[in-house]
Amino acid sequence: MKTHWQILVVDDEEVMCESLAAWLREDGYIVDTAASGREAIEKARQRDYAIYFVDLKMPGGMDGIETMMQIRKLHAEASIIIITAYATVDTAITAMKEGAQEYIVKPCNPEEISLLVSRIIKVKNLQRENTILRKKLTRQYSVHDVISKNARMHEILGLAKEVASLPSTVLIQGESGTGKELIARAIHNAGERASKPFVAVSCAALAETLLESELFGHEKGAFTGATAQKRGKFELADGGTIFLDEIGDISPKLQVDLLRVLQDRTFYRVGGTEEVRVDARVVAATHVNLQQAVAEGRFRDDLYYRLNVIEIRLPPLRERREDIPLLAGHFLERIARELGRDVSEISEPALGVLMDYNWPGNVRELENAVERAVVTCRGHELTGEHFGFLASATPSGKTWAVPTGATLQDMEKVLIATTLERAKGNIKESAAILGIDRSTLYEKIKKYGIPR
Amino acid sequence: MKYLYVGVTEEVDRDAARRVAARVETAFGGPVRELELGSVEFAFDPARGQYASIAILEMALRRCPEDARKLLAVTGRDLYIPVLTFVFGQAQLGGRAGVVSVARLAQEFYGLAPDREILLERADKEALHETGHMFGLVHCAERRCAMSLATNVRQIDFKDNAFCPQCAARLRKQIGDQV
Repeated sequence: MKTHWQILVVDDEEVMCESLAAWLREDGYIVDTAASGREAIEKARQRDYAIYFVDLKMPGGMDGIETMMQIRKLHAEASIIIITAYATVDTAITAMKEGAQEYIVKPCNPEEISLLVSRIIKVKNLQRENTILRKKLTRQYSVHDVISKNARMHEILGLAKEVASLPSTVLIQGESGTGKELIARAIHNAGERASKPFVAVSCAALAETLLESELFGHEKGAFTGATAQKRGKFELADGGTIFLDEIGDISPKLQVDLLRVLQDRTFYRVGGTEEVRVDARVVAATHVNLQQAVAEGRFRDDLYYRLNVIEIRLPPLRERREDIPLLAGHFLERIARELGRDVSEISEPALGVLMDYNWPGNVRELENAVERAVVTCRGHELTGEHFGFLASATPSGKTWAVPTGATLQDMEKVLIATTLERAKGNIKESAAILGIDRSTLYEKIKKYGIPR
Repeated sequence: MKYLYVGVTEEVDRDAARRVAARVETAFGGPVRELELGSVEFAFDPARGQYASIAILEMALRRCPEDARKLLAVTGRDLYIPVLTFVFGQAQLGGRAGVVSVARLAQEFYGLAPDREILLERADKEALHETGHMFGLVHCAERRCAMSLATNVRQIDFKDNAFCPQCAARLRKQIGDQV
């Protein structure tokens, strides 16, 4: 859309000014004019124009170059085109040295101006799109945007900010859905690596060999199907941060490889003989108790200590219940906007239901619950009825007959199998009901050999 | 009753002017009247050897009859605006006056053998374009549309002698609003 972009034409000759403005308006731009450098500065103070056409020779003590320099002070990114009827090499060099994007001699070919303007606008559109995307990304994952009034969460956020600029490895522990990746991204975005890549890998979602190739890349011909060399996630994260989710699930062999990367910052691609050096900050996360895994011999202690340089333990939602209304309100506002629904309130009884619920799937489960309620809501307010499914999702102690002699794992297997059956094998829905993420569900399906 | 007027200057090829009038009548759905505008020598700039399109636009505005919705002047002279080397035409965006020049639409301007049909076809397209501006249409990104910006005759030849569906819809709305 051209109409978003505004152009200022600066020339003391009215006919020159108005004719160029009229020509640009026919092209769909919003065009203002200024009869002097001073008027141009005044207008630039009030509005940020995309392009300035500035005549070189203007009376009144402020010529085109001076005008351009003043505009630059106000808007460093402004695109300024100097126009002149008296072209000399000296003036052209001066204009370009002082930051003019282009220098044109009037009268000029219509094609020249048309191409020039469309080229500048194309770049401006890309820059703006880039800025919007960056803002969107960093806003979503900034430390300031983590919603909580819980004292422990505030300590964690303070710690996240403090460690953001350190190269040290961070280990984030917490149940599924507590926001481990959110904190990892917040750490990345608050530090010096923010402009570099943040690469997330779910270690539970892939088989050992695939994960190895995913993390370290492979050489051409390393295995069947390796038709070309591929860079792994560590290389892609060079200069930035690599987030290793569900680190507790990696195989003993990968634990050794990972230890080597953490110690030496080097590795070999699968099938490769050339050592690859990377500078990637590692942030790892797990929902399992790694200390216990070390004690049971399932996780290397040396790797654990390498990972656990800075430890962050995220509390489950049930231990920060005061955040439930805040989070529910935040999700409601965002989801209603995204879905285009006019739902803006949560009734007191509905909040009561949310406060009483145990939230095994933590914040992610709360988010899913609000989305489900918004979808089914026909009015402007979410009521207790819209959250009725929460009562059926967690059978109360009174109706729940606990089988004696069953292990916790047996119970988990039965619960997952039943949920999958009810959801007709739908992984996304089952994961939402169980309050775990999809990669965790896949991992458990694999672990228990549950047919789908 | 308001009419669209096609203003014919002294020197312009009458056949071309009549053809433009007929095209404007079908494209903008209203009766078109012709108006003799006389000479445009007052707009001549000896330094440039061209005619100032702004001066001709101002004359067209002064000469605009009471019953005119719009007046499109057609001239055989080569037009310019101060900042550009030439223009094929110029119009008040959303206003009452416009001008189109057939000078650079002729093959002989480029040292080629005359071709009357090409000239008339180009004149039609430019007349649609400038009249479109008078109805508030801006340049269209669709290169086939009569409202796309043409800065040389190759681009004019590439255009259709019609508006694209989006511009046609905008035009219908504008015509409706202005009746």
